[in-house]
This record gives sequence, structure tokens and C-alpha cells, in this order.
Amino acid sequence: MGMIIQGATGDWEVVIGLEVHAQVTTKSKLFSGASAEYGADPNSQVSFVDAAMPGMLPVINEMAVEQAVRTGLGLNAKINKFSVFDRKNYFYADLPQGYQISQFLQPIVGEGKIIIDLKDGETREIGITRLHLEQDAGKSLHDQHPSQTFVDLNRSGVPLMEIVSEPDMRSPEEAAAYVKKLRSIVRYLGTCDGNMEEGSMRADVNVSVRKPGDAYGTRCEMKNINSVRFMQQAIIYEANRQVDILEAGGTVDQETRLYDPDKGETRSMRSKEEAHDYRYFPDPDLLPLEFDDAFIKRISETLPELPDDKKARFISELGLSAYDAGVLVTEKEVADYFEAVAEGRDAKLAANWVIGELFGNLNRTGKDLSESPVGANALGELIDLIKDGTISNRIAKEVFEEMFDTGKAAGDIVEEKGLKQVSDTGAIEAAIDAVIAANPDKVAEYRDGKDKLFGFFMGQVMKATQGKANPGVVTQILKPKLDQ
Amino acid sequence: MSDLTKLTIAAARDGLAKGDFSSRELTAAHITAMTASKPLNAYITETPEQAVDAATASDARRAKGEAGKLEGIPLAIKDLFCTKGVLTTAASHILDGFTPHYESTVTANLWGAGAVMLGKVNLDEFAMGSSNETSYYGNVVNPWRRDGDDTALVPGGSSGGSASAVASFSAMGATGTDTGGSIRQPASFTGIVGMKPTYGRCSRWGVVAFASSLDQPGPMARTVRDTAIMLESMAGFDAKDSTSVNMPVPNFEDALTGDIKGLRIGIPKEYRIDGLSDEIDALWQKGIDWLKDAGAEIVDISLPHTKYALPAYYIIAPAEASSNLARYDGVRFGLRVEGKDLNDMYASTRAEGFGDEVKRRLLIGTYALSAGYYDAYYLKAQKVRARIAEDFKQAYLSVDAILTPTAPSAAFGFGEKGDDPLEMYLNDVFTVPASLAGLPGISVPAGLSKESLPLGLQLLGKPFDEETVFRVAGVLEEAAGFTAKPTDWWRG
Amino acid sequence: MSLDKATVAKVANLARIKIEEKDLEPMAAELNNILGWVEQLGEVDTDNVEPMTSVAEMRLRWRADEVTDGGYVEDVVANAPGGEDGYFAVPKVIE
Repeated sequence: MGMIIQGATGDWEVVIGLEVHAQVTTKSKLFSGASAEYGADPNSQVSFVDAAMPGMLPVINEMAVEQAVRTGLGLNAKINKFSVFDRKNYFYADLPQGYQISQFLQPIVGEGKIIIDLKDGETREIGITRLHLEQDAGKSLHDQHPSQTFVDLNRSGVPLMEIVSEPDMRSPEEAAAYVKKLRSIVRYLGTCDGNMEEGSMRADVNVSVRKPGDAYGTRCEMKNINSVRFMQQAIIYEANRQVDILEAGGTVDQETRLYDPDKGETRSMRSKEEAHDYRYFPDPDLLPLEFDDAFIKRISETLPELPDDKKARFISELGLSAYDAGVLVTEKEVADYFEAVAEGRDAKLAANWVIGELFGNLNRTGKDLSESPVGANALGELIDLIKDGTISNRIAKEVFEEMFDTGKAAGDIVEEKGLKQVSDTGAIEAAIDAVIAANPDKVAEYRDGKDKLFGFFMGQVMKATQGKANPGVVTQILKPKLDQ
Repeated sequence: MSDLTKLTIAAARDGLAKGDFSSRELTAAHITAMTASKPLNAYITETPEQAVDAATASDARRAKGEAGKLEGIPLAIKDLFCTKGVLTTAASHILDGFTPHYESTVTANLWGAGAVMLGKVNLDEFAMGSSNETSYYGNVVNPWRRDGDDTALVPGGSSGGSASAVASFSAMGATGTDTGGSIRQPASFTGIVGMKPTYGRCSRWGVVAFASSLDQPGPMARTVRDTAIMLESMAGFDAKDSTSVNMPVPNFEDALTGDIKGLRIGIPKEYRIDGLSDEIDALWQKGIDWLKDAGAEIVDISLPHTKYALPAYYIIAPAEASSNLARYDGVRFGLRVEGKDLNDMYASTRAEGFGDEVKRRLLIGTYALSAGYYDAYYLKAQKVRARIAEDFKQAYLSVDAILTPTAPSAAFGFGEKGDDPLEMYLNDVFTVPASLAGLPGISVPAGLSKESLPLGLQLLGKPFDEETVFRVAGVLEEAAGFTAKPTDWWRG
Repeated sequence: MSLDKATVAKVANLARIKIEEKDLEPMAAELNNILGWVEQLGEVDTDNVEPMTSVAEMRLRWRADEVTDGGYVEDVVANAPGGEDGYFAVPKVIE
């Protein structure tokens, strides 16, 4: 389901590759012991190393290495036991060293792949070119002073994984699915929190267009896009811009462009690109990064079940539909919640409750799962009450809303409101007799063969018992009485 | 009391231990000498008050029986080592007013051993030079003069201030740093001992970087024993430097056994370069004879790629420097020259802040790493470097140490090397190869030139075998019996 | 390989060192002098030789992931020639 732009000269195919920068989940920075946490006072999480003071030297954080390997394993990628840190040299206000320590020729992770989930359960495989470790830069603030740019180096040196895809995507939807899937995987792995708003994940998007079957066209790169929605808008705008140029007989210049979400357009950043020559060379303050198979093995043994595997298991072992399984595995928290609810219970029923009532109520109240007033155990107890016949499905929905609004336990609500299903045959029989006595015409019609009226009698009995009668018991007693 | 400044560190250590004099007295004598040495311009920053305080504290520690290995010994620190609360300049305008809020590991180690800082000594700007003529703070003058000639001579470089301070008895010892010969060559020019340890032996943390894969701190003092004592306190594993090697630091002084019987000393034929002066050649031969007489076995060896060491060095060091010095941008410390925009501020600051030699090297280094030239220059140089290192590895299969001259000449006058930087670069022809291979080396004063200027011989060792280097150096020193001293003309 | 004035200007821009127009030509000559001398490296056979980037024959050491540094903004900005409120400051950058 690629995106096709119909031009005057024919159809154009959009080709998209992504470079995603994901902040590695660590306590401290890639090469210094300063905190990597988000949102502190300016320059309060800066060591002399991060500020590139004279004579300061980098020492690598083992957790960053471990997380990069873990991510590589999660992307089914080749792990390079020998990789090299290079310096990427350029001057910028928020780059205190005058170079970024990155990995150029020999990254820590090589080729891998990601399965993206598209509409209607369709999937596609997207190639991963590489993953490498690098330092984040600081932050420039341009709006604090009329004539000056302020620089905060708190982010300087924070570990990033740059994850580069092959140009395998053909539509904004696929690009979005890729980012969502990548986000899902790193969150499962615990290697990145995936928070795009805080900048822990951002994407450089490469877009080109071509006539189907032609070689790749010239691409433009849009840097630092921090929302999936903006990314899709940028791709659509940019692809159309390129088609317009080409159809008018022009050529696309390879360049970096900036997406402006306010105007909904991309514009050239050529001024910034001017004369860039990064002069990569191996950082002489660091040795090559080396580890052995045992290190990789140790990490692979701690790898959690990832969304693809989990989805497959939900389908094959729990009997869920592909759609339900897909919805439940996207976020690890949701999957964990669901599994806790489903543990020892009817998995399909659990899935229905999570996807239906829980999601519905979360949506209604604008809450995250983590803020849900109803925990997995509480929902499980509610389902148990349905299963053991204490309450009916219909009553359960009312009880759930009550649980969601008050945080009370299902059993307490049922108790307080007297919602317990009535299974006492004497009481039910009395109700049935009263209904039969009050509707002699309907009884006659039924007995003449109008079977459909059974539902009417059921409804009347339920109404008479305020919905608390156990429908099974009602049926059991009602049927023979009508059939007499 | 006799002149305390004439003591060796070893003798001062013993005198302090016996209570013959206090660190306060020893330090005061050196402060006087330091003040009197102003015409040499060895010091950029003198810290006499702090020195007195440190000496007082040292005497107190000694009284409590807590004396360290360098307790109470006054030293000069090359102004490339960051010292907490004390101006640190790298002899560059661009570090104007920079006062670190941290202390380099090597100096911290020295203070931990009880040493006293007299001040920060001059150097070539960012340690780039072989004559101490590139300092923003002016030339350092060699205490030595030619016989009957008042011409001011260079002290060598880049640790020229360290060399001049030690040779003029205004410090008992000094720290230096050696990237391509910056400890050994000035030691040779000033008649003192300078030791460059194996790369990784002393921490580079807190030392202003010139070329990261080559820079190595080391001691400079007036005797082999004194450098051995100093190195033991300077060296040691530092987790803050990824290239610091985690090995125990031996008691280097114990290595000075005086016995080199059966040691094999290599004499590399490629060091007999075209135009090597007769007196250097003759001194080298003397050195060979001394070691032979002491029972060493002399082995002719070949280090075939020697002649390519200098050109490889003059690509690698500037390339690394071009990146290391990018942080001097006028944003977080040092000089800022305002400009019309950010880039103009950078370019103006760096144009004004760096001297000519530094600029030249930054441009060479930038060019050598730039797109299209990286393979031809930087990569090629690193491959040549690998061959040079391999030469040494091969040689050390058959020898324990290598003896060569330290420098191709004695100290020269200011401006005598003319305008051609290449002529200056040739000063390092004997010291650079071991730097590229990361090997330990020492320069020992071995004789005087025809003009009565000191000349040094260099001993090179295997990686982390400083002990053998010290051992042979001790024998060489003893045999040479170098006792000449400069006249103290600078005292006026 | 020989550097011309334009290349020197380009390299100087990469290195962010302002060089006056009149100084470009002499600088080109100086750099060419050095580069010409370096050309002799071409004589060395380096086929199948791995470039030597570090002399330390050891593995890169790793640090435990603990917060052990930072938290001293005053020390970090103490030497800065510009800035306020804990920030560094540079001439306004227009993006």
C-alpha cells in the first residue's frame, strides 16, 4: 500500500528512509558520570567533561554499550564485537568539544530488520542498516535574549542510539508504522523510553520520489522531527514538492530541509549545510570498543518477549484474533496488564474487557493505562464474578464504570448495591409464575408455536428481578413451565 | 646553611627526613631562586604564597609522621597541567584568564605525595614547538650560554620552562609533557634529565591536550634518580583516562642498581642521519663505549622506517590537534573576540587567540582529515606509524634498550632556525619515532659541545619497562660524570 | 597535491580561523612546503598494514552506569566570557 502521487507525467512512488535518534536509557551520560535525566536546571547536569574543559577525557558507560547490544538483538541485527568511536568535527554553539563522538565506519550494530504492522493485519519487513552510539549535543535557546543565544549543556553527552533504516518505506503510513514499531520494541527492551515530546526519540526523514521501477531519486533530509504526525505531514509535503519540481523539468537538490509544522511546509537549510566536512577520524582518547560472545549471550538471555513473538503467542496459545493481539502487544504495559488479567481466566473475555471497557473508559477520561483506577487484579476479580455467575455481563459493565470512577473493588460494589445475581429457584419461580399469570395471551401465542416470545418472557422475568436473576436458572425453570 | 637549591631531590628528601632543614626553608630558597630567575622567563605564574602554605602544611605532616614520597619538595609545573584555582594558560592567548576548577591527576598525585608547587612554567603554545619560541608569554631563555658568548639560547621545547627552571636551580624538578620529544629534547638542551614514560603510564586527565595518542606527562630533574623518584609519584592508573594502563607502579628508584651486565643495548643504524655532526656522533660513540665497559652487550639494529617518523608525526599530531583544539571557541572559557555572528566570533577569537605555529598546525591537521585527503595523509601516516612501531617490536626481540643521541644539535640561538618550520621540526628527529610507538625514553646529559653546551643521549625501552631505562640511564649518567653547570648570569 | 589560495580559505573556514585575504597566499606556500615534505610517506609500502590509532595494547575500559559527576553549575560557567542565569551565551543564532 505504497503512496502514489499521480502526476501529469504518470505515477510517482515515494521512497522513505529514517534515521531515528533514540536516547539510551541510562542513569548517566555516555562518556561522563553526570546525570542523563531530563528537565533539570540549566547546566546543572554537566560535568567538566561534558563542558569540554581543557584536559577532560571520555570514559564509556557500560550500560550504554549493553543497551545498544540489547537493542541490536531486539532488531534481529548483527552485533559487531569490534566497533570504533570516531570524532565528527564541526563547530556549533551547543557542541562544546567542537566534535561529536559517534561511530562512523564501524558501528556497534550492523544489519537487522523490523516487521511493521499495517492496516488489516498486513505486515512488511523494513531493513535496518545499522545502529550506532553517539553523544547528544546541548540545547540552544534562541528566544531568551534579544541578541544572544543561550546554551544549556545538560543534554550534552547524553547517550543516543542512531538507528538507520534502509530506504524501504513507500508511504507516510509505513513510516509511521515503522516509528511506532521501533518505539514499541525499544520500550519493551527498556533501552529507550520512546518519549517523543521530551525528545528521547526523534527522526531524520529522508524522502525521494521516483517512477516505479526507476533507480532511487535524489533525496532530501528533514531533521529532528519529533512527532509521528508531523513526520507524515512532512513526507506528504516533501514528496509533492519533489514531484512538482521534477514534473516541471527541474532537479531535486540533495539537501537538508526543515519541516515547519506551523506552516505545514519544508524549507531549505542550505545555509547551515554550507561547507560541511565532518573530518571523521577515530577518537584517540578512546580505544576500539570490544566485547565477546559471552557478553552478547548474557544480554540475549535477559531479552524480554518482544511484540512480534508476543502477538504470535496471543494468537496461537490464547486464541485471540490477530487484530486483538496486535492491539494488546503494541505497548508493553498494555500487554503486561492484559496478561495479568488473563492469567488463569478466559483470555478472549479478558481481551474483550481490556480493549472494550478499559480502553473505552481510559479514552473517555483521557487517562493513560498507568493512571487507570482499575488495576489488572481488580479487573480480573470482576471477570471472576461474571464467570462464577455472581453477576451478569450486563451488570458487570455497570460495575466496571463504578470501579473506574471510584476505584472500589468489584465485590464491594456488587455487595453494596445488592447486584448479586439471584439463583434462588424459589424466588425465581415465584417471579416466573407471576409473569405467566399476568400474560395469558402471550403464553397462548407461545404455545401455538411463536417461539420468539421466549425472549419476551425472559425480559419480563429479568425486569421483575431488577436484572439480578441468573439467566441460566431463569431459562431452566421458565422453559418447562411454558412448554407444559 | 649551604644553598639548598643545589640539592638533588634525593638529597633534599634525606635532609628533610633527618630534620636538617624544613620544607619551608627549602621552599623559601627556591622562591628566592625563582624570583631571581625572571630574566629566563621560565615561569608564567609564580605561586609563592601558596608554596609557603603548602610547605608549612608539609612540615606539619612530617611532624606527625605522615611524610609522603615527595614530602616538602618544591616543584615547577608545566602550564599545560590544569591546577585548581591557579591560572592555566597552555602558553596561549586563547586561554586568557582560564582558572580550572579541577586538578590534573598527575599534579594531584604529586600533591598527594607531599610535593609543593612553586608555580606554572612556560612552554611552547599548546606544546607545539621545539624551542619555546611560540609561547604567548614570551621566549624562555636557556640558562646555558656558549663559551664566551652572551647570545641568548633556546631551552628547547616544548617543556622549555620546565627545563630552564630545573637547570637554573629555581625548581628541584618539574613536570613536562612529551608528544614528540618535548621532555627529552629540552632536557638535552639544558643539561638535565628528562623522562618520557610509556604512553598510558601517567594519566592525561587534566592535561591540556595537544595530540591525544602521543601526549604523555613525565618528570624532568637534574639526576636520573630524581626523575625516578618523581615518576613513581606521578604515575599510576587513572580510571578517568581511558588510555591509562592499569598496572602497578614499581619503585623506580630500586631499578637503579648500577648493574647492566649482560643487558643488550641496540644501536640503530638509521639514527646515523646525513649531516649528523661529528660531536654528536662522537658523544654517541662514547655512550656506546661506557655501556660496553659496564658490561652491556652492544647490538647493531635496524629501525628501517625511522626517516618516515617525522613526516608521519607532522600529519598525525596536527590532525589530532585540529580536533582537540576545536573546544577553544570563546564560549565556555578563555578569550572571546566578538564578531558579527557566531561563526565570525569563532573565527575572530581563534585568529587572535592562536599563534602562528598553532594556526599552521591546525590548518595542516584540518586539511589532512578533510574529505578527499584523509586516505592520502592521515590514514597513510597512521599506517606508516604502524610500521615504525613494528620496527621497534622487532628490535626488542634482540635488545633490552636502545641508545641514540637525543637531539641532532646543542641549543641554538633565538631565530637561528630561520623561517622554515621544517628546519625546526628536524630537532625531533631522534625523539619522534619512540613517541609514535608509545615507548619510554629518557635523555641523560652526557657531555658538552665544543661551545660548552650540554648534549644528551637518549635511551629507549620496551613498553612499561621504565625500570630498565632507568637502570641503564643510571649507569650512563655515572659514566658520563656530567657535572658542568651554567653560570648564574641571570642573577645579574 | 598542492594547496591553492581557495583551498586554504576553505580549510581555514573549516578550522574557524580567520585569515586575511593577503595572508592566504603565503599560508598556502607554507603549508605546501610542509605537505611536499610529507609526500615522502608515499615511499613506504603500507599495503595490508592496519592503521595504528592507539599505542595502548588494551581493551577499552567501561565505567559503571552511576551518577558520579555534575551538579556544579557555578564551576561549569565560572570561566565563561558570556552568559547569565547558569547559561552560556553566544551571539544570536538565526536558524
